[in-house]
Amino acid sequence: MRWPLAAVLILAFAIPAVSAQDNSECLACHGQHDLHDQAGHSVYVDGTAQKASIHGTLPCTGCHADIKGYPHPEHPAAVNCSTCHADEAKDVTESVHANVSANTCLGCHGDAHSIVPVNDPQSPVFTLNIPKTCGSCHGNPDMAKKFGFPDVYAMYMDSIHGFALTKDGLLVAASCASCHGTHKILSHTNPESRTYHTNIPATCGSCHNGPERAYFAGIHGQQLKAGNSKVPVCSDCHTAHQIVQVQTVSWQMERSATCGNCHQKQYATYLDTFHAQVSALGYTESAHCWNCHREHDILPASDPQSTIAPGNLVATCGQCHAGATASFVSYRPHADSRDFKSFPALYISALFMNLLLLSIFSFFGVHTLLWFIRSYFDRRKAGARAESGD
Amino acid sequence: MNENNSSNRYYRRFSLGQRYLHGVIMSTFVGLAFTGMVLRFSHTTWAPAVAHAVGGFAAILFFHKFCAVLLTVAFLTHVGYVVVYRGIIKRDKSVFWGPNSMIPQLKDLKDLFGQFRWFLWLGPRPKFDRFAYWEKFDYWGVFWGMAVIGFSGYSMWFAPFFARFFPGSWLNIALLIHGEEALLAAWFIFAVHFFNTHLRPGSFPMDLVIFTGRQTEKELKEKHPEEYQRLLEKGQLQAAQTNASPEWLTILGRLIGVVVISSGFVLLVLTLVAFFRRQ
Repeated sequence: MRWPLAAVLILAFAIPAVSAQDNSECLACHGQHDLHDQAGHSVYVDGTAQKASIHGTLPCTGCHADIKGYPHPEHPAAVNCSTCHADEAKDVTESVHANVSANTCLGCHGDAHSIVPVNDPQSPVFTLNIPKTCGSCHGNPDMAKKFGFPDVYAMYMDSIHGFALTKDGLLVAASCASCHGTHKILSHTNPESRTYHTNIPATCGSCHNGPERAYFAGIHGQQLKAGNSKVPVCSDCHTAHQIVQVQTVSWQMERSATCGNCHQKQYATYLDTFHAQVSALGYTESAHCWNCHREHDILPASDPQSTIAPGNLVATCGQCHAGATASFVSYRPHADSRDFKSFPALYISALFMNLLLLSIFSFFGVHTLLWFIRSYFDRRKAGARAESGD
Repeated sequence: MNENNSSNRYYRRFSLGQRYLHGVIMSTFVGLAFTGMVLRFSHTTWAPAVAHAVGGFAAILFFHKFCAVLLTVAFLTHVGYVVVYRGIIKRDKSVFWGPNSMIPQLKDLKDLFGQFRWFLWLGPRPKFDRFAYWEKFDYWGVFWGMAVIGFSGYSMWFAPFFARFFPGSWLNIALLIHGEEALLAAWFIFAVHFFNTHLRPGSFPMDLVIFTGRQTEKELKEKHPEEYQRLLEKGQLQAAQTNASPEWLTILGRLIGVVVISSGFVLLVLTLVAFFRRQ
């Protein structure tokens, strides 16, 4: 907001051209509702609204700088907001919205003559109005198709942020601008973007400070700091626009699979356990990845601080299993019955059971089949005999 | 006329107590199989739907444990009655040996080979006594199943308690053998047992003897010729004779049979498809 200085300069030097301490001279014509230009566009200006706007103290020529007097050219030059708002204009030029329209500013800030401050609830860029303003393009299926962006507006509106902001009017809830910024919105593929993969923890952390600190204390955050960009960030689990409350069952049900994207073997062996069988039925109390490993401050077992460090297992398992002992926690939550080296007893048990099933069903399969064939022919013969006999 | 007489004479095969015992084992087994298979194949589309329909996982596990306890009680009652009461207190040796005992005998082995010879048109059909070898196999299968499924199941139910006597890694093995043995039991009952006793030509569509307790003279002669001969020679045939099953009991037996056999068949197909898809 560098405009006051610029405005003062304009007021000091630009005014003499058209003597307009007030804008009455312009409004004498432009105050008429039915005033049109040659192309038929309305050129009416609501003087009262203009007076009440943030630019109300400015003369018309403050923005329409090429107009020196009356009569003025049929086609005055396009208004250049950057004359005063240089920094914001520069940011927009570098953003994804750079070439969206002739005057990008008005796309978000609304009618040129009635722009109000951002903290005025009437402003289209007031926090509570932002989703609707962005949604006028980003919720428009035709626009989405034309520019190839996902229909994020509907997703956001159903998310916890969308609910908090638009239903509860919670000003601290994240609007589009909270994550994407305002004037300098960059593509998520741009390393400078607030939504670039490795920048996401800091972006979310600007509100969610606790989870951010926990995340950076954990192995994923440490790896991210060390330059490993493959580690998961907030949005990998929580999504970007469809964030729901963490208690939501349907969301929890899909989360362990997310860990499995990288931790494939651990996920596959987890699926063999009672924990996984039960949670697949929608029972969220059963152990998911994070119940043992924690959600944000995940640490490897080799770290004594880890929930799965040998010394902490009794406490970790004891969260659910009252009476857990050192013997009890020798249970292997990621046992693999195909791995003889690591799990010999389990491997032999699986082999024995497979052989038992195979031999019993082979034997009785043959037994049943032969029995069926034999008695089928027998009974057909008996039936034929009975028919011919009677 | 003679033929008519023969199928109008009825002989007792199962006592009321035995029929009740089978009823409890059958219904708890079907209950256990349905709730257990929902857990075993929880990754399928049907399992969560079934779980949801009966009130979610908590209801599934409650019903599973409820049936397990009932089945355990029925099983222990049977063992107590046969071994302790009849065998030890009443000193009834026929429980442990002879044609009325469930203990496998040399004749069972001979019958097994004889049956296979008959299957291949190599000999006459063996003359079975009161219990054929496959009936004894079904019977002892329950004992093996109770030992394996029961012990592993109770280990998981009371895991921290069992961990006082076994390492926690026993729980890994317990879940594995619990599930595999349950598949063995369910598939055996819903395929082999159902065929042997109900669906095979000669008994199709179902044999009601376990529900009514009675069989006709024709059935006795055909299915247990040795028993018939033995009773005839010892003059005990008259004592084994009974009246026809009341109509309501026949209808009830048929109803139970249709429900259990068809639900068993549904579960058999669902679990077979799920099992071979995942492998």
